[in-house]
Formats: sequence, C-alpha cells, structure tokens
Amino acid sequence: MKLAELAGDEAYGDKSRTFVFQEEGHTLGNALRCIIVRYPEVVFCGYTVPHPAEAKMHFRIQTNGARAVDILRRGLEDLSKVCDHTTTVFQEKVTAFKAANTS
Amino acid sequence: MDNLEESKSRFILNEYGVANVNATDYPGGFNCEEPWSHSKFEKKFSIEIVRYNKTEMEFDLIGVHAAIANAFRRVLLSEVPSMAIEKVKIFNNTSLIQDEVLAHRLGLIPLRADPRMFEYKADPTADPTEQDTLEFELKIKCKWNSSSHKDATHPDDLYRNHNVYSKHLKWMPIGGQADIFKPDQVGPVFEDILINKMRPGHEMDLRLLAVKGLGKDHAKFSPVATASYRLLPEITLTKDVEGEMAERLQKCFSPGVIDVEDNGHGRKKAKVKDARYDSCSRNVFRYDDLKDSVKMARVKDHYIFTIESVGALPPDVLFIEALKVLKKKCTYFLDELNENSNNK
Repeated sequence: MKLAELAGDEAYGDKSRTFVFQEEGHTLGNALRCIIVRYPEVVFCGYTVPHPAEAKMHFRIQTNGARAVDILRRGLEDLSKVCDHTTTVFQEKVTAFKAANTS
Repeated sequence: MDNLEESKSRFILNEYGVANVNATDYPGGFNCEEPWSHSKFEKKFSIEIVRYNKTEMEFDLIGVHAAIANAFRRVLLSEVPSMAIEKVKIFNNTSLIQDEVLAHRLGLIPLRADPRMFEYKADPTADPTEQDTLEFELKIKCKWNSSSHKDATHPDDLYRNHNVYSKHLKWMPIGGQADIFKPDQVGPVFEDILINKMRPGHEMDLRLLAVKGLGKDHAKFSPVATASYRLLPEITLTKDVEGEMAERLQKCFSPGVIDVEDNGHGRKKAKVKDARYDSCSRNVFRYDDLKDSVKMARVKDHYIFTIESVGALPPDVLFIEALKVLKKKCTYFLDELNENSNNK
C-alpha cells in the first residue's frame, strides 16, 4: 500500500482530506496539483514533501461539497489522460518528422 | 494583445525584474485559469519536432502547464530505467587506481543495452540470471613492447596495453543471452572511454555485473545526459530603430536574433528575425536610447524541450518511456483507490 490518509478530518465529513503518497515527490505532487486546483468544486489544493530525506508526499484537497477522494480520483484520471494524449501526439509528430527527413 | 491577455500568457522581462510571474492558479485567484477540461487541453496542446538524431532531440511542447512539463523532465532524469555496472568482482588489480575508485569509475560507463529487455534485480544478493544481469570481463595486462626501437620514449611505443579503454570490456553472455542479443547490441556506448593507465607488470582481472536501475538511486542509471526546457523568448520592436542604433541593437542580442536591413533609402533598419535562440540577456537596457524601443517577453506555455540521450536508447523512445512511467504512477494510485473503496 502506497496511499494512505492522514487522520484529523473526520469532523468535516468527506470534504477535506490529506492523502499520503509513499515513494512519491514533487514529480507527481505538482503535476497533480496543477490539474486539481482548476476544478471548480475545489476550495484548496496543495502538496508538501514534509522532509527531503523521507520519500513521502502529503497531498491536501478541500472542496465545497464533493468527496475529496473522488476529486483525487478525477485528478489522477485527468493526468493519465494528459500522458496518453501527449504520447499520441508525440508519436505522430516523430513519425512524420522521421519520414520527412529520411526521404 | 490587451493587458489582461498579456499578463496571462507572457512573462515580461523588464530592466529590473520580471513581470506577471505571480501564480494565479489557486481557487478564486485573480484572473484564475479556466476550469480544467481535457477537451480544452487537447485543443490547446501541440508538439513540434525541431531537431532529431540518434542521441539528441529538440521539440516544442505547446499549451502545457509548467508543472506538467517539469514532471516529464523529472521523470526522464530520475525514473526512466537504464543498465549500468553495479557490482565489480576484483580478482586482481595491481594498477595504480584503488579497487573502490576503479569500481566507481566502471559504474559510470554508459552501456548499450535495452533496459526494457531486462527485469529489476529483486534481491541484490541473489545470483545473477539472464533476465536481470549483463556480465562483462575486463582482463588485461600491461607488458613491455619487445619490438620497440631502442631509442623510443613514447609510452605508445614502449608498452603494450598501457591504456585500458572501454573497448576492452568483453561481454560474457549468461544463459541464453547470446541468442537474444547480437554482440553489437550489448557493450559500452563508446569504445574510447579511458578506464585506466598501466605500466609493465600492472594487471587487472575483473568481472563486472550490470543491472537495471533508476536515476533516483544513482545518477549512473539516468538514461539522459540532460533533459531540460526553456520558455520561448519573444522580442518586439515598439519603435523603428535605424542607422548606428540598429547595429548597436543587433549586438545587444544573441547572433541571428536581430536582422539589420536596408530600408530602401540607404538607411539601415533593425528587424526581429528569430527570437527563439536568444539568451534573453538584458544588454539593451544599458542604452538609454534603445531601451524604450524593445519589449522582451517569454511565452508562458511554450516550452522548448531538449533531450540528450546517454546512448542506450534514442531520445524519442526515452520520452515515450517517461510518459509511460508517469501514467503508471496514476494508474497505480487509481487501482489502489478502487481497491480501498471496494473493501469499505
């Protein structure tokens, strides 16, 4: 298990959570944050790597009603779609470039 | 372009400091970016390949957020696997380099081997297998050159094997590896990497074990020499600059950025030719008569991405691998979320 939740948000229902990602850092944290902050239902979103020597990343989501877990799930889905689309476009362009420059 | 549009899409390089750098991507922020939508992202996003060869490529990544571009770069540097020498068994080393220094030096030799064909070595103490290890031998002895001229003074004439190069590494296939790989698919990327210098009587007898690893564990596993990006510079002349001033303006920028042409009446006139490779130095601001005629900016979402491969895989393959790694992170945590919700 590399994903956990930090205790302390139970009083506010499912709206706010701090997720703990093991073995992750700024790479995933910042990329995910830049997508999730732009969801209209998100009131706050931020991440931190609490200590540079520990491979851990804390990711906080607060919403105005939606479940924080669902927002996280949507964020991960959107980021993976970004990767997919980048791959398709990149492959297309590289093939075209190679074809144009070898003939 | 109106002011609001400009503040959203350009960093302005002023004489002192840079404008429009404040992060606006927080909920409710002033001129906050529009809500995330994948279809809008697809519409804005594009890639242009600029330069490509076996080891290096340059392309434009347009319409992405800095965090995404940076994630690609960080993954390339430290989370795309490659093969490197990890263990050195030293049977004999009478050369001047100490064992541990030699072993470290050998680890840094870039290896030509496709990491996708190998597995990670789960247990570092387990015996090497054909799935997870490449084995090399370095057995070399320096001797006097008996056929050298008696007046010879140059080491190349006096000794045999006094320079040890990466070409002296001999691949020792494990199990069925010889059937899977051709000899030219495995070995050091460059033949002429100097490993050691010896004198007659010195010898080395080593066994080298290369495994698959990640750049975050050790830099020798990083598949790129560099992967970096810069923002596209944009230079606009707000006034006509003519005569001697035009030539002075040209000298303020990197070569090829400003063109000085004849305006038809025997006077020279400055024109922006191509701002792409400008270093964005603020030299113009040293001249009071020029500084008001130029506007320097950088396009916020246009990244000039450069990948220099170490040599095992071509740069385009590395970028695709990096995208796969990032996607795998997402799917891994999605799976875990789904598992958790099923258990509740």
